[in-house]
Amino acid sequence: MGRTLLSVALDFDLMFSRAYRAAITLPPLLWVAVFLLVPYLILFCYSFWSVSASQEIVHSWTQDNYRQLLQVNVYWHTLLRSMWIAARVMIFSLLLGYPLAYYLSFHARKKELLYQLVIIPLWVSYLVRAYAWKTILGSDGVLNTLLQYVHLTRHPLDFLLYSPFAVVLTLTHIYTPFTFLPIYAALEHIPRNLVEASHDLGASPFQTFWRVIFPLSIPGVLAGATFAFVLSLGDFLAPLLLGGPSGIMISNIVVSLFGAAYNWPLGAAISFCMLALVLALLFLSESLEKKWSFR
Amino acid sequence: MPSGQPAGRRRQRDLLATMSESATTDAVPSSAAPLLEIRGLAKSFGKNPVLRDISLQVAEGEFLTILGESGSGKTTLLRIIAGFESASSGEIVMGGERIDNLPPYRRRVNTVFQHYALFPHLTVAENVGYGLKVARLPKREIATQVEQALDMVKMTAYAAAKPAKISGGQQQRIALARALVNRPRLLLLDEPLSALDASLRRQMQVELKSLQREVGISFVFVTHDQEEAMVMSDRIALLRLGELEQVASPREIYNRPATAYVAQFIGHTNLLSGEVKDGVARCQSLSWRTGLRDGPGLFSLRPENIRLASAAGGSTVRFRGRILRQAFHGATELLQVQCSDGLVVSVRTASQENWSGDIDLEFSPADAVPVRASEIKERT
Repeated sequence: MGRTLLSVALDFDLMFSRAYRAAITLPPLLWVAVFLLVPYLILFCYSFWSVSASQEIVHSWTQDNYRQLLQVNVYWHTLLRSMWIAARVMIFSLLLGYPLAYYLSFHARKKELLYQLVIIPLWVSYLVRAYAWKTILGSDGVLNTLLQYVHLTRHPLDFLLYSPFAVVLTLTHIYTPFTFLPIYAALEHIPRNLVEASHDLGASPFQTFWRVIFPLSIPGVLAGATFAFVLSLGDFLAPLLLGGPSGIMISNIVVSLFGAAYNWPLGAAISFCMLALVLALLFLSESLEKKWSFR
Repeated sequence: MPSGQPAGRRRQRDLLATMSESATTDAVPSSAAPLLEIRGLAKSFGKNPVLRDISLQVAEGEFLTILGESGSGKTTLLRIIAGFESASSGEIVMGGERIDNLPPYRRRVNTVFQHYALFPHLTVAENVGYGLKVARLPKREIATQVEQALDMVKMTAYAAAKPAKISGGQQQRIALARALVNRPRLLLLDEPLSALDASLRRQMQVELKSLQREVGISFVFVTHDQEEAMVMSDRIALLRLGELEQVASPREIYNRPATAYVAQFIGHTNLLSGEVKDGVARCQSLSWRTGLRDGPGLFSLRPENIRLASAAGGSTVRFRGRILRQAFHGATELLQVQCSDGLVVSVRTASQENWSGDIDLEFSPADAVPVRASEIKERT
């Protein structure tokens, strides 16, 4: 008797836990399905449609949009330029983020304070930070005024604002915390006795860094690099505000295709190419991270 | 071994050849200059003193164990010798050269860490070859020495495996090989066996001890396990709350404990507290002749030194007591015996079921070892 009672109790428990699991997983799943997957599917359909001369969507299957993407120089040149900007942002955020994370993890006394100082900018609106750079880099901005005041230059430097330089600078500023965080986490996870073991075996601090610390932080570096690259690649605000004509990025084209140009099908096709590119990058970085993690 | 050369690690060919060469030389600590000498070392973390006035010598080829409870400062002492911590005062001299101001990577000392600290991204062979590689030895030589070291710990078959793929005992051997391949003058071991289960642990105790004899390198071994210390060591340095209580061979420390704490920490003992007057020690109803001066006396009497009284009475101290309890310990039996005056002593006898009633016991006065009282120290 006791046994059946127990099994009934177990069944109930199982049922309850199933209902519970469904209750907590269904809402987010539905959310993602309705607001992400379905729109993507619709957009995917759009990318195979076209626009008639009278500005109407023609619902007939065509690959013209994808063909156009490859044939019209503006599109894939802009895509290449965006990737080049994203690559520079990635490199500069790594060059800034890694030493900072390393210093914080291994040498800083007031870790919490410094950590907060890195995190706080994340709470400031993106727009505010972008505009801040605008006031710094503009022709009568802070930097140019200062340079002229100390007589380093006579005229305002006009390459500072409305250029790829301004875009790279702003995006680096915005995404460095995103590269810093995973690197910092990876460094924090390195057992300190490995560093001691390395010193114990005669390795100098420099050798220890390159032979032990850096290899073990590679998953964090990959994650951080992916963040910086992918997020900058899809950015459209920084180029819009600070890029000028030479700093246009692919997302700006997508925005205008969906807006003023009213060519949703072509915009959708470009979006899907970017999506494929990003997914490929994520897959690549994921598999590399796996290769370099040992826990 | 030559000393006074540049601080960089000097290595020679044929690791094992030289190792066995030094093994044939006298392994017993000699009266010659010690390999390592610690003088008046103290360490405090902030206001908290963890080590006080430590002076200790380690002879060439000696197996010295630093034994102590957790919080005794034994690991801190080891870390100071390795160079991971700096002493607040005092000095450390190795082979005639002061090393306490050198960073760890310039000391000819290697460590086997408590949790092995193998590099997870390197293979077993790369782990073992790490020290040789950072010393920029030629590749071929590294390969030969790594092979020999792996052979020494019987791990050749796992050379290409990552540390995560091998068992705790195997990781232990790799950690040992990784340290020994550098031919350190001194090997430090920080509770290296504590993560292993009991049977493997006993096996590794024997292996480690015989390996130490084979390579002839001085070992400083840290443990909290007194049995482990007894089995393996040439000498034991017993640390209590940051101070050395006694440094002696296992036999001496067991048979002639210097303080009440040592007597109780190593093995099991009866502490008899009484008085000495006119050459006679008196603890309640027990009394015997002694050469000690008058005053209060504290004696350690091991349970196995109390026997059932034999017919032929000699110079032994005899007494009668009632058995309160008995505890079975396999080969022996530990009895709690109460004397007529209320004094309770532990007595170790051969195993036998159902001890009961009154028994006559005796011990020889020489076995009642006078010990210093251990003052009760509060951790500050």
